[in-house]
Amino acid sequence: MSSQALVEIRDVNFAYDSRPILKGVNLTFPKGKVIAVMGGSGCGKTTLLQLIGGALKPSGGYVKVDGQVIHELDHKGLYHMRRRMGMLFQFGALFTDMSVYDNVAFQMREHTDLPEEIIRDLVLMKLHAVGLRGTHHLMPAELSGGMARRVALARTVALDPMLVMYDEPFAGLDPISLTVVGNLIRRLNDALGATSVVVTHDVQESLKIVDYIYFIADGVVVAEGTPAEISTSDKPFVHQFVHGEMDGPVPFHYPGGDYGQDLNLRPGR
Amino acid sequence: MIVENLRFLGHRIVNAVWRMGYASRFFMLILFYSGTSFRRFHLTIRELFSSGVMSLIIILVAGTFVGMVLGLQGYETLKRYGSESALGSLVALSLVRELGPVLAALLFASRAGSAMTAEIGLMKATEQISAMEMMAINPMARVVAPRFWAGVISMPLLSALFSAMGVFGGYVVGVVLIGVDEGSFWSQMQAGVDFQHDIVNGMIKSFVFGVAVTAIALFEGYDAPPTAEGVSGATTRTVVESSLTILFLDFILTAFMFQGE
Amino acid sequence: MKRTTLDLWVGIFVVAGLGALAVLALKVGNLSTYNMSESYQLQAHFSNIGGLKPQASIKSSGVLVGRVAQISLDPERYEAKVTMTIDKRYQFPKDTFANILTSGLLGEQYIGLIPGGDEAFLKAGDEIKKTQSAVVLEDLISRFLYSKAEDSKQVDKQPN
Repeated sequence: MSSQALVEIRDVNFAYDSRPILKGVNLTFPKGKVIAVMGGSGCGKTTLLQLIGGALKPSGGYVKVDGQVIHELDHKGLYHMRRRMGMLFQFGALFTDMSVYDNVAFQMREHTDLPEEIIRDLVLMKLHAVGLRGTHHLMPAELSGGMARRVALARTVALDPMLVMYDEPFAGLDPISLTVVGNLIRRLNDALGATSVVVTHDVQESLKIVDYIYFIADGVVVAEGTPAEISTSDKPFVHQFVHGEMDGPVPFHYPGGDYGQDLNLRPGR
Repeated sequence: MIVENLRFLGHRIVNAVWRMGYASRFFMLILFYSGTSFRRFHLTIRELFSSGVMSLIIILVAGTFVGMVLGLQGYETLKRYGSESALGSLVALSLVRELGPVLAALLFASRAGSAMTAEIGLMKATEQISAMEMMAINPMARVVAPRFWAGVISMPLLSALFSAMGVFGGYVVGVVLIGVDEGSFWSQMQAGVDFQHDIVNGMIKSFVFGVAVTAIALFEGYDAPPTAEGVSGATTRTVVESSLTILFLDFILTAFMFQGE
Repeated sequence: MKRTTLDLWVGIFVVAGLGALAVLALKVGNLSTYNMSESYQLQAHFSNIGGLKPQASIKSSGVLVGRVAQISLDPERYEAKVTMTIDKRYQFPKDTFANILTSGLLGEQYIGLIPGGDEAFLKAGDEIKKTQSAVVLEDLISRFLYSKAEDSKQVDKQPN
């Protein structure tokens, strides 16, 4: 961790009602890197992104982006900060009532006074970067899942954000689309000089593209390291996760009392 | 047992009050963020198309038929008192004062209101609303307020169209088919219907209904749980709640407008 | 859908809606025949107005010439005071007669003006002195029954 940190997460606690989700996590995302945050389903990865984006407030600790504490910003400051962030939602969240072109142009039209010809060039450049320049006249419903994800990616980076967040970018993609999206995340990050956070549980794909990995389980960071360190790690949780084993520190069975008792089996019968 | 029931009742009431408060806050936010709907009027025009233009057919057809039925039933009743000539006045008054605003609003609630709820609900379920927020674009200003104003503008226009088509339907049945004297049909109508008292009040009614229906539809959509059942439940609630609200408001407004007669 | 097509349809919709409103106002309503801005007010006292209501029509020879603006009880004379708004185009002589009439047997009540022969015309704010109250059906019936009873008494008294 040599370079300067863009995002600092310090001792962050968060609870929905009284159910704790995050219990004092510490993460640092250095500038220019692609960082993966991994963990099982429901471990608070998406919550973490929402805390960075300011959609939720931590109940303890703070999230600092580019030197500013997110939850202390007012409405205007937060919106100003969000303009410099991009977020790719789990299933793309393309605006279904607009064409691909209008989706990518959306933020440019909302946030800038650029003339339509320049917007046109920018949109086509962004779409070209994800290899879908030819689809600009289509509606989102006419795209395949992988293509929709790539269009959403183009829309996410439309305003050249300094921080790009990906919420499960690989969910529900076929192997080819998965590789394409993975490579795009890396390439776009390097081309834009941005910092990327990828929240995922797809270990194999992320190991190929990221610089650093955090593992979260039960609301705390249980492991961290570079892809090389992670794939050779002998920590039981990481080992189970990376190799996709059925039973381990994360149990296969949800706690449910004695099996025999549930089936009304009496001893001696 | 009694404690259980009391607790259940209390829970329901607290919930209802909480929802009312939440809905009022939502309504205030719509008004607060309405600037964009007028500064960038093409946003509102888009919604005028989907709520107003798309409701045209059902409003025109329904209006004509309601007018025709009024013509037939009115003629049958008035004939008994030998005052068939009052048919025009009867048809026009019922339409302009009551049936036009109320029926147009009910049709609007089920045609455009439910569509609004489903649309907003799905935008929320597919995270389009969250995505917009993350792009530093306020969905209240960009998505909700233009739909609200489109509904509020559409409703009186649709109601006027409904009434006009109804009068036409009544004319077709009464004058063309049954043979009520054309001159007395129109003159009785003009003598019976006062512009300020009847037509303007009818328009005020439909304006109020427009505000109520779109506000309910948008709130239900925005408040819907982001699941398939959530959105379908919200759509149903929109139709039920707005229909009841329309009829209740109609009673209140009628009591105020036509009192002392 | 293209923006221009969309705009066109919305334009058609708005024009149609406003057109319908205009039709309602002019063809269905009375905006064409009767204009509030060019009118003057007259007053009249009636001992009984029956079922006369504000907004009821005022007719002369069956022609609509105005509307009832306001009805109140005169606290001094204990009579109904009716304020009428009359179209400026129509002038009536000083000795005009105001009648409360009923259109048809069960129709709504209106005021009928029967012009007299006076040279001078009523001016804004003047009062119509000669009025006739509404015919109240109950009074009519009770009077009829009473006279019937009188008749039969007289018949009884007559020697056989």
